[in-house]
Amino acid sequence: MAGKRDMTTIGVLALQGDFAEHIAILQRLGAEAVSVRLPEQLDGLDGLIIPGGESTTIGRLLHQWKLLEPIRELAGDGLAVWGTCAGAILLAERAPDLDREGLKLMDIDIERNAFGRQVDSFEASLSISVLGPQPFRAVFIRAPRINSVGPEAEALARLSDGTVVAARQGKLLATAFHPELTDDERFHRYFLELSANGRTSSGRVEQATAAGEGSATRDLP
Amino acid sequence: MVRQDGNGSAPENETGSWSVKSGLAQMLKGGVIMDVVTPDQAKIAEEAGACAVMALERVPADIRADGGVARMSDPEVIGRIMETVTIPVMAKCRIGHLVEAQVLQALGVDYIDESEVLTPADERYHVHKHAFKVPFVCGCRDLGEALRRIGEGAAMIRTKGEAGTGNIVEAVRHMRNVWDGIRRLQALPEDELMAEAKELGAPYDLVRQTRELGRLPVVNFAAGGVATPADAALMMQLGADGVFVGSGIYKSEDPAARAHAIVQAVTHYQDPKIIAEVSRGLGEPMRGIDMNEIPEEELLAKRGW
Repeated sequence: MAGKRDMTTIGVLALQGDFAEHIAILQRLGAEAVSVRLPEQLDGLDGLIIPGGESTTIGRLLHQWKLLEPIRELAGDGLAVWGTCAGAILLAERAPDLDREGLKLMDIDIERNAFGRQVDSFEASLSISVLGPQPFRAVFIRAPRINSVGPEAEALARLSDGTVVAARQGKLLATAFHPELTDDERFHRYFLELSANGRTSSGRVEQATAAGEGSATRDLP
Repeated sequence: MVRQDGNGSAPENETGSWSVKSGLAQMLKGGVIMDVVTPDQAKIAEEAGACAVMALERVPADIRADGGVARMSDPEVIGRIMETVTIPVMAKCRIGHLVEAQVLQALGVDYIDESEVLTPADERYHVHKHAFKVPFVCGCRDLGEALRRIGEGAAMIRTKGEAGTGNIVEAVRHMRNVWDGIRRLQALPEDELMAEAKELGAPYDLVRQTRELGRLPVVNFAAGGVATPADAALMMQLGADGVFVGSGIYKSEDPAARAHAIVQAVTHYQDPKIIAEVSRGLGEPMRGIDMNEIPEEELLAKRGW
């Protein structure tokens, strides 16, 4: 968790979607949370969350308010970025059914509404090793599916049938589900650690955090 | 916010749960849901940045003008709209018409609006919405009505306003009513809550929950009368989570431009400079109707019990 002296500052893209839920959890965890609707609000962030919502809507607003390039540049310089559901679609290098160009930052193929319509939305318990042994109850809403993970990225979580539903690439994180809709704060803690650590002088990302580092502290409170 | 079930005992891939039903409404927040009558309009709405569309036969202004019985839309049209867009598609059933609701669920719509805009099928009971896998949104004029609908299983609420008027006054009244009711709950001592629940005609547990949360336990949009970007931003500043718009777009001079501007105004609802910017050059808004011009028995918001 973030120390008192240098509080981790996380921006939450607040164009559309459930950004308020992310902000509430971040604040509970002692981080500073900033709503981002305009490019100048990206200054001074340690991490950025792109929330759940409607990916076509958020995609349009990213273009409209000229946020796409600044976010790409900051991510290139080592800013941690986490996309949940719609956010994950916008992070993917390959999202063929998104009708506007997204951020194209992560080496994954993602398919929108891959499980069907709302009546097919579901909850499932996932085993996610970076979060510790407790299963993570994940909420999937008109969710996307990560169809393939390129060599730059790694799968973090799968459904029981093997479908990849979370991936990481350095300090970039994509989840097809919504940790912000549950009381389980472990994914947000994990992202805060990614955001606070590992930024090197060259802006490159250290690859060490994935393999269970600090997982002993990630049990439910 | 939903409860966390961390013990792993819940079944694998559980569909139709409360988390999943109320969760979709969470995803719509900060967005604009637009009425659409045809697949072409649905395309325009998606292009303008709508976070969902509401498929219906006629926009409320036309229902109001045409009179007669307003029913669920033709499944053929709803189906074509679902094929046209990738964003969520909602559709309306009549109040209490559980078979229209079953049909809409069978069609695979993403949300059902049990709506006072259509002619009620039941003047005493609403649909028992917990029995459905598909989530419902319902209208309200005040806190008691909102909590009754949530008690029946609505996973999302919208204030009713007065649909098809292009006049924001009723939407404002209803949104202020809801928040007044919530603030009142928070000021009450605990031992007065049961009497207050009786007064509201609302389930006691939901009254308690609302008091604890300091807001409705589900997402609450504004509807009925939004005609300008400033109207939409007004409803957001009054505490709406998002906005429904229909007639206000289609009865204006340039629906696509107005739809786009309303989306921007909802995102930047706290920034008057941006609202000013996006409001420029949109052409004539919907003409609108003064409430005094509408006979009492033609008010749609009075439907719902």
